[in-house]
Amino acid sequence: MRWSYLIAPAALVVLAGLIGTLFERSTEIYFINTLVALVVVVALYLFVGNSGVVSFGHVAFVAVGAWTAGVLTIPSEEKSALLPSLFPWLAERESGNVVSLLAAAAVGAVFAALVGLPLMRLSGLAAGIATFGVLEITHNVLRYYEKIGPGTTAFSSVPETTDLLQATVGGLIAVLVAFAYQNSRFGRQLRATREDPAAARAVGISVYRQRLFSFALSGAVAGFAGGLYVHLLPLTTEEVYLNLAFITLAMLVIGGLTSLWGAVVGALAVGGLDSVLAEAENGIGAFGRTIDLPAGSRIVVVGALMALVLILRPSGLTGGRELRLPRRRTA
Amino acid sequence: MIVGAITWQAIADGLGLGAIYALMAVGIGLVFGVLRLVNFAYGQLIMAGAFALAVAAERGWPRWVGIALCFGVVLALSLAMERLVFRPLRGQSPAVMLVATFAVAFLLQSIALLWFGPLGKIAASFAELNQPVTIRDVDVRKITIVAIVAAAVCLVALLLLLGRTAIGLHMRAASMDFQTARLIGVDANRVIGAAVLVSGLLAGVIAVLLTVQTPLVTPDFALRDTIVVLAGVVLGGMNRLLSATLGGFAIGFVSGLLGGALPTDQSQYLPSFLFVAVILVLLVRPDGLFARRGDAMVQRV
Repeated sequence: MRWSYLIAPAALVVLAGLIGTLFERSTEIYFINTLVALVVVVALYLFVGNSGVVSFGHVAFVAVGAWTAGVLTIPSEEKSALLPSLFPWLAERESGNVVSLLAAAAVGAVFAALVGLPLMRLSGLAAGIATFGVLEITHNVLRYYEKIGPGTTAFSSVPETTDLLQATVGGLIAVLVAFAYQNSRFGRQLRATREDPAAARAVGISVYRQRLFSFALSGAVAGFAGGLYVHLLPLTTEEVYLNLAFITLAMLVIGGLTSLWGAVVGALAVGGLDSVLAEAENGIGAFGRTIDLPAGSRIVVVGALMALVLILRPSGLTGGRELRLPRRRTA
Repeated sequence: MIVGAITWQAIADGLGLGAIYALMAVGIGLVFGVLRLVNFAYGQLIMAGAFALAVAAERGWPRWVGIALCFGVVLALSLAMERLVFRPLRGQSPAVMLVATFAVAFLLQSIALLWFGPLGKIAASFAELNQPVTIRDVDVRKITIVAIVAAAVCLVALLLLLGRTAIGLHMRAASMDFQTARLIGVDANRVIGAAVLVSGLLAGVIAVLLTVQTPLVTPDFALRDTIVVLAGVVLGGMNRLLSATLGGFAIGFVSGLLGGALPTDQSQYLPSFLFVAVILVLLVRPDGLFARRGDAMVQRV
């Protein structure tokens, strides 16, 4: 086990958090946003990177986690006014920040496991389209089913507990889980199936079981990220839909699909770029000139960047490898 | 209960939507056949064509100019997409290609957002096609009939192209086995160019038909439809153009039928029912509903 494979990405997450403290609240929010997106990207990496199967559906687990944490933490005296058609057993309940995040992770894992049970039997294109179906179904149900959430309106009155500290700790937890998984027996077996499914089967690895386990674990991390999101801003179903699916997939692809280092580098690089562009859409002064980009130009830049990276360097900025620190010579 | 709500009206709606979705399935399936690439950005081609129609309508240009502009924009975009994205990615893993077209789709959509704004434009030059004609007490919108006829004409033309011309023969050969086809002298760039061109032409036709049905053109125009058609294409079976087309028609027919027949409090969950059905079918027949038995399983993504 190479500890540098853990230390490098973890250090980068801490560094991003530390740099964030240098700024005032209005800029700090970009760092928090990027760190929460990083948790989604690491969740995505956990499954896609290790299995080699593309999933468009992870944002569904983010959405489910967000709904769980959001509904649990709205103060119960406000629930009858804000969410009048909620199930009674949900309306009575009220829990704290940490409990809601754990519940979000648990619900994300259970949902992913249930969905994965049939889905992981599929492979190839059918699997990709089916994960898309999961996102569509989840979005559709959360949008119209008001017994479990706010439906078409935004979550309000959820305590805003996701500050820079919570986002950084969240990022560290995600990195730690992904590192522990990829060094475990399960992670190694899944990566073997990615390289050569036939050879992996021949040495007795069950492709189905390994994919399912990874899917559920990454569902837990994605649900946890959803919990962080709902504690950050008044969320609607549209924020946890195609745009988030696109931007997180872009982050992972640009960084490099097959390494944790790539996931972290991609999330922070694209998140940083996206933040600068978002600020430029509001107009920033630089070098005595005001740069004012029209709204929507961020996605143009990120989309073009993603296409460019795919064409010129398909294995991503990091080449899909972990970072190797030069070793000190002993003796 | 639900059956009682199914009227001839709803069946006509289903046939109209099914015809359009079948054409989209052909456009996606043709390119998949030769490139093994699922073009996620197909809906954005249609969107670009629809915006061309809307701009022409806004300026008050005659209809034929609008249609010419629509086809020009769509064809130029498809060829550019092939040259700039598909060609450099040839030989990459299908997962990379799928993600790349996903990126192109978002790129085009956000360019449209920059250019035309989120509220969109109205393309109303064929508004009178929305008037109904009455056939034996059933009101059918003219566009439904036009869509079915247009789809039939396009499919027959395509069958003639694939069956009776040299380039059609090459395309069929390439979609069966690209390597072998190249070895016996099929020009790869020509075949792929032809497939992209035909699929672009179809996108132009679909843009015209869809703007009559929904005249408000927004940057996410046809995005929904593309996702549903992709599900339909996989549902039918990607390995053959015919089964992909049938899948596209089936999913269009069912969503048009149920969308018209169900009351609103049920039809808002229509996408969920549709995708649950698709996933269930894929579990039983991963190669597709209409795939021939014994077709080799192609695991490319």
